[in-house]
Order: sequence, then structure tokens, then C-alpha cells
Amino acid sequence: MIDWPLVSVIIFLPLIGALIILFIKEDELTSTNIKWAALLATLGTFILSLILWLQFDYSNPSYQYEEKFRWFDDFNFFYHVGVDGISLFMILLSTFLTPLCILASWNNIKKRVKEYMLSFLFLETVMIGMFASIDILLFYIFFEAVLIPMYLIIGIWGGNRRIYASFKFFLYTLLGSVLMLIAIIVMYRNTSSMSIEFLQGNYFSYNTQLFLWLAFFASFAVKIPMWPFHTWLPDAHVEAPTAGSVILAGVLLKMGGYGFIRFSLGMLPEATEFFIPLIMTLSIVAIVYTSLVALAQTDIKKLIAYSSVAHMGIVTIGIFLVNQQGLEGAMMQMISHGLVSAALFLCVGVIYDRMHTREIEFYGGLVQRMPLYATVFMIFMLGSVGLPGTSGFIGEFLVIVGAFKFSSYVVIGAAFGIILSAVYMLYLYKRIIFGTITNNKLADILDINTREKIILIPLAISVILLGIFPNLFLDPMRLSLELIITNYEIANAK
Amino acid sequence: MLNNIYNIFFIPEIFLACSSFVCLLFGLFLKKNAFRQTSNLAVFVLLLTILLVYYDSESNFANYKSLFSHSSFINFFKILALLGSIASIIISKDYFLGIKLKNFEIPILFLFSTLGMMLMIASNNLMSMYLAIELQSLSLYVAAAIKRDSISSAESGVKYFILGALSSGILLYGFSLIYGFTGSMNFDDISFYLSKYDNLNLGLIFGLVFVMVGLAFKVSAVPFHMWTPDVYEGAPNSITGFFAIVPKIAAVALIYRFCLVPFENFYLEWSQIILFLSIASMFLGAIAAIAQSNIKRLLAYSSIGHIGYILIALVAANDDGIKAVSIYMFSYMIMNVAIFAILLSLKVKNEYLINISDLKGLSKSNPIVSLSISIIMLSMAGIPPFIGFFGKLYVFIAAIEQELYVLSVLGVLASVISAFYYLRIIKIMYFDESKSEGIINFQISFQSKIILSLSLFLIICFIFYPSLLINISASLTI
Repeated sequence: MIDWPLVSVIIFLPLIGALIILFIKEDELTSTNIKWAALLATLGTFILSLILWLQFDYSNPSYQYEEKFRWFDDFNFFYHVGVDGISLFMILLSTFLTPLCILASWNNIKKRVKEYMLSFLFLETVMIGMFASIDILLFYIFFEAVLIPMYLIIGIWGGNRRIYASFKFFLYTLLGSVLMLIAIIVMYRNTSSMSIEFLQGNYFSYNTQLFLWLAFFASFAVKIPMWPFHTWLPDAHVEAPTAGSVILAGVLLKMGGYGFIRFSLGMLPEATEFFIPLIMTLSIVAIVYTSLVALAQTDIKKLIAYSSVAHMGIVTIGIFLVNQQGLEGAMMQMISHGLVSAALFLCVGVIYDRMHTREIEFYGGLVQRMPLYATVFMIFMLGSVGLPGTSGFIGEFLVIVGAFKFSSYVVIGAAFGIILSAVYMLYLYKRIIFGTITNNKLADILDINTREKIILIPLAISVILLGIFPNLFLDPMRLSLELIITNYEIANAK
Repeated sequence: MLNNIYNIFFIPEIFLACSSFVCLLFGLFLKKNAFRQTSNLAVFVLLLTILLVYYDSESNFANYKSLFSHSSFINFFKILALLGSIASIIISKDYFLGIKLKNFEIPILFLFSTLGMMLMIASNNLMSMYLAIELQSLSLYVAAAIKRDSISSAESGVKYFILGALSSGILLYGFSLIYGFTGSMNFDDISFYLSKYDNLNLGLIFGLVFVMVGLAFKVSAVPFHMWTPDVYEGAPNSITGFFAIVPKIAAVALIYRFCLVPFENFYLEWSQIILFLSIASMFLGAIAAIAQSNIKRLLAYSSIGHIGYILIALVAANDDGIKAVSIYMFSYMIMNVAIFAILLSLKVKNEYLINISDLKGLSKSNPIVSLSISIIMLSMAGIPPFIGFFGKLYVFIAAIEQELYVLSVLGVLASVISAFYYLRIIKIMYFDESKSEGIINFQISFQSKIILSLSLFLIICFIFYPSLLINISASLTI
């Protein structure tokens, strides 16, 4: 095992990078230095997080690499971080996507490069910290601190309606998370503990659980987002710069799913049992409704944003099935969606950088001029549809298998949504890529360059890798998920 | 301490009073630079007073037959008020010189007002409480109107004076009722007398309500807040800074002591009033601030909102509540010192900054300053990881300890609303494109820079070692 504080180093390395960047004076020449510093810090973090995976003990369901220090003298709040099978891949996803984001904004962010990189590095620290926290207060601090850099990223470097979108994003998610703060304090008052590990028993009376569950639901349902709390998402996605959308879709939405698994399932099992029908209904409505809405979009980013809501509907179904297949499927779907939707946003970014529009109408026949782009885009499109051999298939398949144990109506809803997702994605692909070039402006559009290849090819490889060797990812998380399911069943058997 | 008659001068309040007179004479006899020298002397005097308060903490020498009381809570707030006073004298020095308001009386007024506040915090008797309130208020009335040739300053002074006098009258009427029905002015005697009864009689309830109204005026809780935005707006910026930072500390400590010492057994009676004040302040502070275009008015409403949170901790009325209020007041003071240190150094076209929209483009011309303002705003909004979050956290911990769930939920909802106008300032600095760059000047003296960096350091780094403050505040007894 590793005897140095690996997790803390991973959490704070980006922040150290940010501090270094803070002292680089920005001008025309040094802005490249700033970008390189940011890239190196994030790459370093990614490499360290790979050590986390390589050294991970698959046979241990609980937290590994734990670090615990007393933080507050009067209450039992600790600086307590560690990694288990559930958070491992969330951390990897964050560390994997952030360097790609830095690369993706290499040329198209021209103003305030320093602030941009600072925001991204701070964001990375906060995201990793959130997934690695074992103390709930620490989790909450990171969970809310995410809003600050994201607000700036959308508001400063976003599109035309960026101010509206950034305020909506901030206030909407803040409204959800402040209720969680109250719930956390109530939990602490009942148990005198803030440890996620400790609280994953069944410590609260049934009525308390119901209220706590609703408070957590408010925060995670907004974050994930579930229908009807999803309205901030299309705005935020559309207005954010490409890299902002990538992080938003790739990691921030997963905070909701992660929270559901850890808090709702882990700590409030009886209330979860009570609310399962609600979640299932909302998820199915989300899948069908947002898929139909996606079909009608004229803006590529908006279409992908709505498809995110639909995919996260599959995730919530999987989580609240509370069986092995369902949870594994939900986790796989989260990882897969993190890669695929991030990649799709990057693909949109590629043509947006060239043409400065995201209207579907504008494009058509790109395959004639950009064959490589068409290929990569196809891989991600198929991943989003859930074709066997891609990562999307594993998640959706497992969730549907799990759902058969629960109710065939849920299966019908979920399957219908998956068919619809094929419809809107293939339709999108057809309109953008196939056909002949009708728009003269596209006549001399260039295919993806080396930088874009460096960004997109690792993503394409991991999407296929995930689809062919799912056990690579499922094995480490299996025991941790089993632990949660066992606890859940014990609590509800009483 | 030796039993020596001169030891009387080591009692912080007496020391401060005598030194203030010395400062007055000192300023009077100085021909040149009177203002600057007197300010420096005042800061020095206040520093010495902090030392005296700190070392005097064990002695029980100066309670003057229970006119004043002595406890760790009182000492903590005294030191807080003194620190706030020092900081606001330092940060406002250049501003006064900049607007050519060089009356050396200003630091003296601050000194006397601080003396009044120390007495207020320590007072253990209705009479001493009233006199202390008047001492600090009278100094502040004069300070608000100090810019004699400015109509707005005079207006704010007069407004403050009339409304303050009215509230003092109400307060005094409440005192007389309480005295009439309990037969004593001393807090402990009142408490002892009341402990014999299960509920308050009508006269005492009236007395209590009148006193609450007077105190609510002093802390500017809704619906007795009307003077705050006007006075903040009219007074010179540096005086506004003083208003925002220091008197609130004393008034909050006073309202805590008044509720928790003589009336501690009648929680139900006063908590209803405080509950209403708290909810109304939080929401009005949050909603009314949205429409403001003047930064001083905005900060006035923001301080009203903060008072709402502080009163939540008072409704909780437990040990955690005392802890919460001390942490919250500390963070409140730090954040206000930081924001006023910046505001008093920002000039737009050679005028000191007033309109929020003038901050446009600050992030281009002064990235460090705008980053600092953003951090302060986020901290005021209670967004982690800054110090403001911990103030709110402790307030809610105290409230939930007392099972005040509805109040806590209302509190967090108000904090979401208030986040909007704090974010708006960040939006103006960062998101809005400005065509006219470089019209904003940031000139700050070395001393203010130290104060500003120190308070920013505390705002950002509190999270790394919270126990330092928390251990102190956990040991406070009222």
C-alpha cells in the first residue's frame, strides 16, 4: 500500500497549480505558459489518480487510502478522505476529463486565460475533493464550492445569454443544496457523527428519514437533474463554453447520482423504499419526455443537453432498483455518459470553433469534408445510443436486466426511451454528417487537427474499452455496491 | 494587581475615557496634521485598551455595585468592537484626507463611541445600559453629520438623531415599566425577582416589548430598520464603514445579554418577538437589496439580512447559539472591514465609488481587487469555503439543536435570495463588458493594505484552522 497521502495530493495538486498560475503575470506571451502550467497540473493529477486505480484493493468494500485529521475541535467534523469502489471512477472521470478540457480550450479561449485556467483548476480540486470526502460536512463544502468556478465559467466565457444561464444555474442548485445543509445538521444532531462510513447504517426514525430524504432529494434531483427540476440544464449547457459543458455533463451531473447512492440508499434506506415509486415515475417521464423534446431541438448542444437528462433518467432508475444489476448499470451508465456526452460536446465544439454556430440547419454533408470527424462522431453517437460494443450498451443493458426484477412497466418505459434516443441521435447524425454539402460556407471546412485528435481519440478508445471489457470497471466497484445493497436489505427487512 | 489607587487607570474603560480626553487635548494643540496624528494616537490608545481588556479578563474590580458585569462573552465582544474600531479608523484615514475632511474630532468621536459600546456590552443595569447607549449614539449622530457642508450628510445625521432619540425614548419607557414592576434596575435582581413567577404580568410584558423595540432599532432589525439605508447612504463612506462594522457588534451583544440575563426564564415571551424580527430581517434584507444601485444602500440591506441570521442564534438561546453569534459577528466584522477597506480606496473619475454599475470592467483594470471583492461577496452570501459559511453553519447548528426546523429552512431560503445580489456584483465586475477602461483607480495606503490583506487572509484561510476561533467562542459564557 501507499504510505503517503495520495488522495490529498490528488485533491490539492490542481490547487497548487492554480496558485502557481496566480503568480504568472498574464500577457500575450505568458498566456501559453499559463496553459501549459494548467495542463501539466491536470495531467499530473490524472497520472496520480491512475496509481489510485492500480493500487486499488478489489477485495475491500470499504474506503481505502483513508486520511483522517481532526478539523473542528468542538464538533466531530473531520478532514476525512478516502476512496472506495464507487468514488474511484468518479475521481478518475474528473481527472481524465479536466486535462481534455484544458486542451479543448487551448485556442478558443482568448480573453482572460489566467482566470479561466484558475477556475478550471479550482473546479477540479473541488470535484475530486467532493467524491473523496468521507465526512459529510467536507462533502457539502466541496459540493457547494463547485458553484463558484462553474458560475464564472458560464458567466464570463459563455454565449449570448450567459448571464441568465449562470444565475439560473447558481441559484437553482444553491436552492437545492442549502436544504441538504439543514439535513446534514439534523443527521449530525441525531448521531453526533459526520462520517459517511458510520452513517451508512440505519440510524434514523422512519419519519425523520422521510424529511431527510426529501431534503437530499431536493439537492440531488436538481443536480442530476431529474424531470421537472432539469430546466437549468439546457440553458447552462448551451451557454457554457465547450469545456464548461464537458465538465458539466461529464462530472457535475454525476454528483447527483453519486449523492443518491451514498446518501439516499446508504443512509436512508427505509425512506428510499417509500419513495421508489416516485423516483421511477419521474425517471420514466424524464426519459420519454426529454427524448421527445430532444427530437425537436434545432441547436445541437441543446439536443445533447436534453439527451443528458434522458440518460440520467436511466441512471436514477438503475440506482433505485437497489439490486446488483441496477446499481452496476447505473454506475456504468454514469461513467459512460460522462465520457460520451463529454465527447459529444467536444465534437460540437470542434465544428462550433470553425463555423461559430450550433444550428443543425446550418450543417449537412460534413462527411464529404471531414471524414475523420465523421468517424469519431459516429463512435460517440453510437455510444450514446447504446450500441453493443460501446460503453452505453453495458449500462443500459444492466439497468434493464435489473428492472425486470422490479416491474416490467419500468422496463417498457426505459426501453422506449432507449429507442427514442436512437431516433434523435441518428437523426441528428444524419442531418449534420450525411448528405451533400448544401451550405457554401462549409465548402472549405477543415478536418480535425492534431490537438483535437489528442482530445477525441482517448475518449473514443475508452468508450470502446468500456464496452468490450466492462469488468475492468465493474470489478473494483462490485463489493462497495454490494455493501450498500446488503445494508439496504437488512434495514428494510426489519 | 497591587492595591493601588492608580490601578483604577488600568481598568479598560477608564483608561479609554481618560485617553480620549488626552487625545482631544493633543489634537487641539497640534497645528499641522492634527487629524493624522490624532488618528494614529487613537489607534494606539485602542490597541492598549485591547491589551488591558485581555489582561483584565480575570479581575472583578470595576463592577461598580453591579452596574457592569464581567464575563468571557463580554470580553470577547469588547475586543471585537475595539478591533473593528481600530480597523475602521485605519482604513478611513486616507478617505478623510481625500475628501478634505480633516477635523481631528473624528477619531475622538470614534473613541467616545467605542467607549460607549464597551460600556454597553458590559452593562448589567438598566441605567448604565441606557447611558452607555446614549454615549455611543450621540457620538455617532455627530459623526453622521460631520460633513457639515453636505446636505446629505446633515440629513443623514438629523434623521439618525431623530429616529435614534425616538427609539431611546421608547427604550426608556420600557425600562421604567420594568423598573416599576420589578423594583430593581439591576439585571441580576430583575432575574431573581422574576424567577419567583411563572409568567410575566401585563406591565412587564409591555416593558419587555418596548425595550425590544428600542433594541431592534439599535441593531436595525426589520421593521425598525428604516434609518439604516438612509444613514448609510448619506454619511461619508468612512463613517458608513464605521457604522457597518462596530456599533452592530455592541448592539448585538447587548440584545443577547438583555434577553439571556434578566429574562432568561421568560424565553417564550421574548423569543416570539425575536423570531419575527429575525424572519422579517432576513427576507427584507435579501429582497430589498436586489433593487439597489448604490453600494452603500446595498451593504445596509445586507447588514439587515445578517442581523436576521444573528437573531436566529438568539432564538435558539443555547450554548451553541452563543458560540454561533460570536463566530458570526467575527466573520461579519472581518467581511465588512475588508469590503470597506476596498470601497474607501476605489475612485471612479476622481470621485469615490458609489454606484454599483461603476464597478464595471474592474476585473480588467484591477484583477486582484475584483477577485477580492468577489471573495468577500461569496463569503457574505455564505458560500463555502469562505468564513461567512461557517458563521451560517454555526447559526443553523444552534437552531437545529433547539429544533427550530422551520426557522432554519426559512433562513437558508433567504440566503439563496440574498445570494442573488451578491452574485450581481460579481456579474457586474466580470461578465459585463465595459467600454471605458481604466477610469477606476485603486489607491490604498500601506496600513489599509495590511488590514485588507489580513482580513482577506482570515476570510479565505479560516477553513484550514477553524478551531482557533471556535475554541475561544466555545468557552464563552454570557
